[in-house]
Amino acid sequence: MNNKIYSVFDIIGPKMIGPSSSHTAGAARIGRVARKISRDKIKKVSFYLHGSFASTYRGHGTDRALIAGVLGLQPNDENISRSMEIAKEQGMEYSFIETDLGDVHPNTVKIVLEYNDGKHSELVGSSIGGGSIKIIQINGLDVEFSAEYPTLVIRHIDRPGVIAEVTKIMSHHNINIASMNVFRQHKGEDAFMIIETDHVVSEKIVDEICGLKDKIMSVYMIEAL
Amino acid sequence: MSKDFRNGTELIQICNANSKKISEVMIEREMYLSGKTRDEVIEAMKDSLKTMKDAIEKGLTKDIKSVSGLIGGDAKKLKSRYETTKTVCGKQVNKAVASAMAVLEVNASMGLIVAAPTAGASGILPGAIITVGENFKLGEEEMIHGLFAAGAVGYIITKNATVSGAEGGCQAETGSAAAMAAAAIVEMLGGTPEEALHAASMAIKNILGMVCDPIAGLVEAPCMKRNAIGVANALISADMALAGIKSIIPFDEVVEAMYKVGRALPCSLKETAQGGLAATPTGIRIQKEIFEKIESDKTVTK
Repeated sequence: MNNKIYSVFDIIGPKMIGPSSSHTAGAARIGRVARKISRDKIKKVSFYLHGSFASTYRGHGTDRALIAGVLGLQPNDENISRSMEIAKEQGMEYSFIETDLGDVHPNTVKIVLEYNDGKHSELVGSSIGGGSIKIIQINGLDVEFSAEYPTLVIRHIDRPGVIAEVTKIMSHHNINIASMNVFRQHKGEDAFMIIETDHVVSEKIVDEICGLKDKIMSVYMIEAL
Repeated sequence: MSKDFRNGTELIQICNANSKKISEVMIEREMYLSGKTRDEVIEAMKDSLKTMKDAIEKGLTKDIKSVSGLIGGDAKKLKSRYETTKTVCGKQVNKAVASAMAVLEVNASMGLIVAAPTAGASGILPGAIITVGENFKLGEEEMIHGLFAAGAVGYIITKNATVSGAEGGCQAETGSAAAMAAAAIVEMLGGTPEEALHAASMAIKNILGMVCDPIAGLVEAPCMKRNAIGVANALISADMALAGIKSIIPFDEVVEAMYKVGRALPCSLKETAQGGLAATPTGIRIQKEIFEKIESDKTVTK
């Protein structure tokens, strides 16, 4: 028996574009999270497909779903099937590369977003079944979150007091933290705070957290999928 | 008394202690967990029912081809047969079957469906509930209640076992959908909560052990036909339960048995396209053709 709390709409749902909740709906969701961490107009997106994603992505429409997600479409948007055309209209290039991402879930993709200035962002996510996803890496740093709750992704300096300052802002605005995890690569370097909340965090609060200069590098708000 | 339940036994206890139907208990559980009002919860399910109806309509009337080109148009064929000819199984069964096939065809063509409990099994519940609902002249509200009852059964299976073909084979996927649909029909037609779970148990038992072996790994074939047999399974199980026939093995034990059988199935028979029909000479040939076709289509569009 597992301990997850299931809503009836986890069972009768999601409402989605077929054919596969993991290969299509989950893929679109991972793409959406990638869009949320993009920091500029996306010039080109590359999808590095692993495992079952690599072997069956074309027949499952995983390719179109991923692009749709990066374009900001929801898993139930009927435009998913024409996402490649939409990407062309918007001048966003895309490519798919079959690869081996190592010891990860069979349905995993690494998404690399390139911008006009030559810089890029990266995200690795797995589609773990029934449309649920798990983001496992952002810009080379290991993380873990599901995006089932409104999620704040904060890149910050690994230094005493930063977490307290962020949570103080949250508490000041009466935002309840449902769960919180901190991930870092090396002591004293940069780290990610992943904060899942019960309510959407407003732009104003995001700005306030961004205002903690020289401690915070970037803040992304990912609304619940 | 708690509003939540973890298995069939607890569900029946709550139903009986409060003289409530399964659907009612599930609605109250959802209100309790989500903090939403009754109207909001009902409205959300109404939206799911509408999406289901639209998918059936689309699949039975439009010309549909799946992404790979492997399936499409079979639901319409069956419809034209039951509308013009005397059929072996009768109009209602054929209509339910054609409806289930229609949803799966829509799903495979990247159309809009409701995963119930998964996309690969998304035809069974709509095919059963909507066909029976129309045939018995039930209103939308009764069908919505049917969906909540189905949700309760699906939730118990998800919590205690699995509804994923990759984890438990097709028995877990279309088997769960058939169990959900069978319980829903029993409730819609006035059966007791116990009878609903007997129907769900029988539906799972009927296809215990069924493997998940999709050709080329795609949710197309044999998925569409297993949705067809899944809806027929649900209808038969519901009729048996409404006749007072009981499942000798209780629902919770059937679910556990299904889970254990699923775990015991080799990987080659769990959505990997490495065994069963996918690994037949024809299955392998089709897989090769599909991927060559997609490859050449890509070259053309570039």
